This record gives sequence, C-alpha cells and structure tokens, in this order.
Amino acid sequence: MTSFAKPHINLKHAKRNDLGLTWHDYEGAMSTLCAGCGHDSITACMAKAFFELSIEPHRAVKISGIGCSSKTTAYFLSESHGNNTVHGRMPSVATGAAAANAGLTYIGVSGDGDSLSIGLGQFAHAMRRNVNMLYMLENNGVYGLTKGQFSASADIGSKSKKGEINLSPPIDPVTLALSLGASFVARGFSGDREQLVPLIKAGLKHNGFGLIDVISPCVSFNDHPGSTKSYAHTYQYYHPAVHADYVPMSEEIKTSYAAGEAVPVELHDGGSIILRKIDEDYDPRDRGAAYTQIAERDAKGEIVTGLLYIDESHDDMAAMNKLPARALNTMPYETLCPGSEALAALQKGYR
Amino acid sequence: MSTPSVNDFVIKLANVNGTGSASANGLLMKSIFRMGVPVVGKNVFPSNIQGLPTWYEIRVTGEGYGARSGDVDMMVAMNANTYARDIAALRPGGVLIYDSTWPRQHVLSRNDVTVLGVPLAQMCNGAFKAARSRVLMKNMAYVGAVAALLDIDVDVVRTLVREMFAKKPKLVDLNMQAIALGYDYAMEHFDCPLAFHVQKLDNTAGKIMIDGNTAAGLGCVYAGATVGAWYPITPSTSLMDAFKSWCEKFRVDPDTGEHNYCIIQAEDELAAVGMVVGASWNGARAFTPTSGPGISLMSEFIGFAYYAEIPLVLFDVQRVGPSTGMPTRTQQGDVQLCAYASHGDTRHILLFPADPGECFTMAANAFDLAERYQTPVFVLSDIDIGMNDWMVDELKWDEARQPDRGKVLNVEQIEELEVFHRYQDVDGDGIAWRTLPGTHPKGAYFTRGSGHNANGDYTENEAEYQEVLDRLVRKWRGAADHVPPPVIKMAKGGKARWGIIAYGSSDCAVLEACDTLAAEGLHLDYMRIRGFPFNDDVSAFVEAHDLVYVVEQNRDAQLRGLMMLETLIPRAKLASILHYSGEPLTSHFVHEHIKAAARQEQSA
Repeated sequence: MTSFAKPHINLKHAKRNDLGLTWHDYEGAMSTLCAGCGHDSITACMAKAFFELSIEPHRAVKISGIGCSSKTTAYFLSESHGNNTVHGRMPSVATGAAAANAGLTYIGVSGDGDSLSIGLGQFAHAMRRNVNMLYMLENNGVYGLTKGQFSASADIGSKSKKGEINLSPPIDPVTLALSLGASFVARGFSGDREQLVPLIKAGLKHNGFGLIDVISPCVSFNDHPGSTKSYAHTYQYYHPAVHADYVPMSEEIKTSYAAGEAVPVELHDGGSIILRKIDEDYDPRDRGAAYTQIAERDAKGEIVTGLLYIDESHDDMAAMNKLPARALNTMPYETLCPGSEALAALQKGYR
Repeated sequence: MSTPSVNDFVIKLANVNGTGSASANGLLMKSIFRMGVPVVGKNVFPSNIQGLPTWYEIRVTGEGYGARSGDVDMMVAMNANTYARDIAALRPGGVLIYDSTWPRQHVLSRNDVTVLGVPLAQMCNGAFKAARSRVLMKNMAYVGAVAALLDIDVDVVRTLVREMFAKKPKLVDLNMQAIALGYDYAMEHFDCPLAFHVQKLDNTAGKIMIDGNTAAGLGCVYAGATVGAWYPITPSTSLMDAFKSWCEKFRVDPDTGEHNYCIIQAEDELAAVGMVVGASWNGARAFTPTSGPGISLMSEFIGFAYYAEIPLVLFDVQRVGPSTGMPTRTQQGDVQLCAYASHGDTRHILLFPADPGECFTMAANAFDLAERYQTPVFVLSDIDIGMNDWMVDELKWDEARQPDRGKVLNVEQIEELEVFHRYQDVDGDGIAWRTLPGTHPKGAYFTRGSGHNANGDYTENEAEYQEVLDRLVRKWRGAADHVPPPVIKMAKGGKARWGIIAYGSSDCAVLEACDTLAAEGLHLDYMRIRGFPFNDDVSAFVEAHDLVYVVEQNRDAQLRGLMMLETLIPRAKLASILHYSGEPLTSHFVHEHIKAAARQEQSA
C-alpha cells in the first residue's frame, strides 16, 4: 500500500481561507514515506500554499513522475486530479494538459532522479517552452525506492550509506534552469517552511515555468555524515539570499519593508511578488549575475536559497501558441469542424 | 504482362534527387489525370537531400486500377548512375528516353527497345542563363518531349503550370519555354505520338488526387482534434505539416488571430506521446503522427494510456524496418508492434486505411474509438499511402455527424453522484466513466500506471488487480464490432474454394490480381481487413474457404500471426504471400504467386 485514506476531521474553529475552506480541505491521503522524510514537509508546504492562495482544489492539477517524490502528489489536495505518470516524463504530460486547458493551476512534483537523469530532456524542454506550471524538484541526491544509489545531483566527494564516494560532477537544477532561460528559479530547503511556503505561492502565481529546487534530505539513505544532502550539512551551509512574498492584487503592499531592500515584481494576475534581499549584493532580476554568484558560491560549498531569478516579461507557452482564453478542451465542435461545404471547396485544389 | 496500349502503360522516370524532378513528374501525372484518364503515381525516393537516385512511376490506366502493375513501357533515364538498371527494367518493345547531350554508348546495350535521345542539357544551356534554371528546366524539357510522344494536351499542361506558379507568374513563361523545347524537339525528330499514348476520357469525374498524410491531417481537423504533438520523422512529418496548414486555414480566429489548436514540436517521441496523454487526459482531442521507430520509443506511454485508460490517437505511417531500416521505403512491418505495444498484457485497437480517402475517414473514426474505449488507437498507413498522390473519390463529410466523446461525466452528473469511482464497470460493457480535471471536487481521482482497483485506488491485492485487467480485455473485445468492418468482394459465378485476405496499401494490387485471375478462370473471394480486434466475419470468411492467401508487405506474416493468435482458425488454412522489398506492391506479384500456387496444387 502506498496510501491510506486520512480521516476527515471537521474542526469548528479552524482557520478558513477566502473560499471558506479549511486547511484539511487541502490535505490528501496518508503519506507512506519514511518518518522524517523531507518530502513530507514539502507536501505540507504545498498544501499550505494552495490553502493560503485560496485556490479551489479541483481547479488544480498535480502531475508527477516516478519515485518517492512523485508519490507525494497523493498526499495533498485530494479534490484535485492527480496524474502519476511514467518515470521522467511528467513534464510532457503537464505540457499537453496545459495545452488542452490553460485555465487550471498546474503543479508538477518530481525528484532528482526523475528530473536530472531519466527525465533531463523533458525537464529542460518544459523550461524552454515556458509551460505555465510550478515544478517542484525534491532533491535528496539519492535513489530511495531502489535503496541508495547516487543520483545525478550527488556532489563530488559525497559519501553513500554503503561508504562509496561519488566522483562524477553533480547536475545543479538551478544553474541549469538559468542557462536554459527559465523565468522563475528558486531553491528551498524542506527544513525551512518559513521560506518555502512563500516561494511556492510565488511560483504558483508566476506566469510561466517556475522551478523550485528543494533540498529534501532522505532520512533512510542519505542523512549520514559525509553526505552533502543531509540535514546537518544543509543547515550548516544553507544561505538564504532573497526572500519572496506573494501579495494578491486585493491587498495593499505593506510598507514594512526597509526601502532599498524590498523590490516588488508585478504579476500577470495583478498581484505582486515582493523580493526582500537578505544578501544585498544579490540581484534576482539579472540572469547573468545570478548565474555567476550561484556558481561561485556552489564552488565554495555554500547552498544559496530563495527566489534566485525572476522574469515576468516572457510569454508562456499558451501565449506563444496564441491560445484563446477559452480552453481548447471546451471549444464547441461547431467551431472546430469546417463543415462539408468547406470540404467540397478545398478539394478544387486537388483535381 | 500486358502489351501497352492507348491509356494503358507505365512511364518510369529515373532522376537524381534534389534536382527538382518531383514537381515535373507530378505535373506530367496531373496532366494525364486532367485529361480524364486515371493514373497511379509512385515516388520511390532516397533518404537524402541531394544527389542520390530517385524514381517516379506513372501508370496510365484507363480502367482505373490503383496499384503498380510491375511493367515499365517508357523509361526516362535522367540519372547516369542508374542507367544500367533502368535500361534493364524496360519491357521488350519499350521506349527509352535519355539526354543525348553526351554520348552514352551503353544506352544501346539493348536492341529490343526503342532509344530516343533528346539533347536536354544542350537545349537548356542554350536557352537559360542561371545554373539552377538549367538544372530545373531540363526536367520541364523532358515533360515536353514526353507530352509530344504521348499526345498529352499542352493546354492542360499550361493550365497546370499556371496553377503551380500562381504566386510566381514570372516562372510560368520560363517553364513553358522549357516544355516547348522538349515538345518541339520530339515533334520534329520522332514519330509522334507513340502507339501507346494518352487519349481523353471521362473516367476521373468525382475524383481527386491527394496523398494520405494530407488527408489524415484534414481528417484530424474535421474530427475536432485540437492538440497535436510530434517529433519530425519520415514519412509522417507531412501529416503534421498538413494539419498545421489546415489549421491555419480553418482554425485561426479572424478577429483575434487566436489559434483554436496547439501544435507542439516535441524534443523526442517520448515527449510527443506524453503531451498527447496529457492533453487527452485533460479532455482535448489530441494525436501524434509517427513511424515505426517512434512507436518503439512511445511504447512505455502507450502501456500507461492502456492501463490508466486515457484516449490516445497515433498515426503510424509505416516505413521499412527493422531499426532505422530504409526510411523512405514502404512496408507493413509494425502490425504486431502496434497490436501489443508496451510491456505486460496490453492490446490495442488498430485501423488499416487502404488509401488516402480512408485516411480521412479513419482519422475521424480513430478519435471516436479512442474516446469511446479510453484507450490507444493506431491508424496504420504507410509511405505508399501517406506520401504518394492517389486518385480517390472526393472526400465527403456528413454535416450531421457529431463526435463520440465517450463516457465523460459533466458537472451535473458528478453533482448527483454520492461518490465517484474511476474504474467501476457501472454499465457492464467494460467501459468506466471518466471525469476531466477542473470539473468538480467530487470528480477528482488519482490516475496511475501502478496497480489499481476499480475505485482507482492503489492496490497490490490479487483479486482487485485482476478485476481491472479482466475488464480491460472485455472492453477491448467490445471494440471488434465498432472498428470498420471488413470489405468482402465475392467472386462472380458461385462459390470460390480459395480466398484472399489483405489490408492497407495492398488492396489495389489484390483487386486487380483477382480480376486478372478471374479472366484466366481462377476465381477467388477477397476480404480486406480494416480493423483490429477482428470481428467474427474474419473467422467466418476463412472457415468458408479451403485455403486463404494472406497478402502482406512484411517478411514475418504479421497479420497472419495475429489471426492465428486471436482466432481459432486452423494454421493450415492460411497461406502467405509476402512482399517486403520496400517498393509498393504490384498486381503482377500477387497474380504470379497465386497462379504458381494454383499450378502447384493441380500437379500435386
């Protein structure tokens, strides 16, 4: 069994969102991951983000590939359609789904094996297409379900549970995304919900492809001394650079941010993302500078986190393809079929 | 082998690819068609952009047969590298046309054919300045010579040239000048017309000339398909090209410029089919065109769509395998691959169009079947159908036709439900109801390729797993009576002992062979299979005959294999006639093989 139904508890005084729904309405089945798994924290953060954004659960779509991370789409938003596809191919299914109906909110959940090894091609091309979706990459540097092989994100010198040392260079999803033209690039840590929930909200509201690479330690196979994806290692080298808050259109931007530090980025839906620089030198609106800084700090073993790059000016896939406001999957047949007269007329060219 | 006569002969043109010969050869064929005389055109081309040999065959057939005959009565030999084999291919008494600008001793190697030299290069070099024009116009010059020799109406040719260059009128005169060079030379130097030539008829009324990929792309538009995802591969690329151009014509909102379609060129075939899975799962009619190598790559997703019950329409324009094979040559080599694509117990619905007309209608059928049965549906055409222009009946569309979107619950239906379970067989036909994302909170379910029960929940329970798997095969069997039924043509004059079964692009060759055999006194009944799973007619047909020949364009008798696996037909009742050289099947091939078999039986 990978899922158990969770009892639905109706708490009278539970906090309600703008839709009148409680936090429990955004839950899913019981997780069957290992106790202490970073992924479960991320699942809770995703549910919280959807709850706080007041997105109707059935207007969200969860898509995943194969692996521990991909299983988690069953553990939140039980009133959303979920599609647990095949290994490494979540991006293509999300792309097709978004083409059919651009009006829903798409969240893809994947892992480092699913995205950076078997699925590297699809991961890259979904970014190029700027599919309007949030892509959660739950990154633990290891294959959990098959018991502890290194993944492509394992750092050089990182030690496996069996004592092997990884010698191949890692693929960093963040610098990869920056070089491929992704329009929203973030990194988080499953151990920092304060940072992660706002990042997910911003990513869901961003128009286009949003990537959040979340370091998510595997307690069973990669949380030992010598691993660079353990809780201890991540806490030690963790460096938040830019904090991001989503502010809906209806709310006025609070002025509590110190001038010069808070930068609002306007979104297509009328809301904004407020960037708060923790690191003054860092500019998340300059792709080249962001790339350089991240690469330099990576080389020193520092894990830079936060909203690392954002560009709201790019057309997403729907705009690039001139898709109409009305979803293709609801287009009336009469609009789509040219009819028998047109058929007769066009065949004049074939005589 | 019949002797060539008026409106009954074959012209073969041997060219070098990339020299512009295809449009000249097409012009020649279309001119004959416009004179009311049925034609068959086959382009045998290399997997190359420029420099390799390419052939174009035009059969002029007043009777309207649709296949290659196998004869060559006139050879236009424009490729020095293939002279030897081109000359050898000519029927005794045939006519060879070559470019006599340079001495060609070996054209005289046969004394049983008429050799006609036309100084094409010399004339074109004299008339045209630009190097590219000189190359291109040589083709038009031989069109002129052939037109004179075959009495093709020059006015018809001129009209077609005007249509060809409607957007570049300057080129009309240039091309007509080249045509005149060849025409005048032939009129002056040869005895025109030849004994076999073209004579106006009225046998093409109500017919069009179209290739299968163009027709299939059009069928997708008429079916209401909105999402197409693909990865370029010969010979299916032109299907998506066609879909795109039809969409640009019919699906762009004139006021807003918005597109009522979305075409995505994927990074590979795995992504292409994944996009179709995503779009279909989300309720759009979506498809992918590909060829055999693409099906191999798509197999994992095909199994996913089968098990998770997601509609999927795939066009497999078959080419020669195995592996890369011969990408521009034709074969029916993917029948078994498609029937059972993917690991585990999977089986799919197949449709076999026999010509571009059926590519159009079966494209529309494929979407109805895919959505009705929530499963992958393959339309198996091939290069011959997909990329050659065929003469077919004008395409028709029933204005009253509505798409069958299958069992999809709408908001009101979900609202009435106490609880929704994705995979329950509520109607007893093996087909469960589905819901689309975004419709209603109660309609949500979790789609998975892992083991699931009738409720859609994950399971590793034996009985629950088997319940779903057993329903899937019941559902699939139910499609047998809803795929297009076989077309049966009974022999005249009573009960034939032997039968023939064929499918797809073999149809025309078999029909003609049956006529020829009947004229020789051997009568056979013919059944053309159009879909899989097989319906009961297939077994009944075989049972009614002592022996049935299954004509296929592959080495391993793939359809015969399917028949033995899927029916109780005794193996000994099925004999194979197999053609797998990569060239389109000829009527001679079928005729010779059945005649030889008959002789053998008589002597036994």
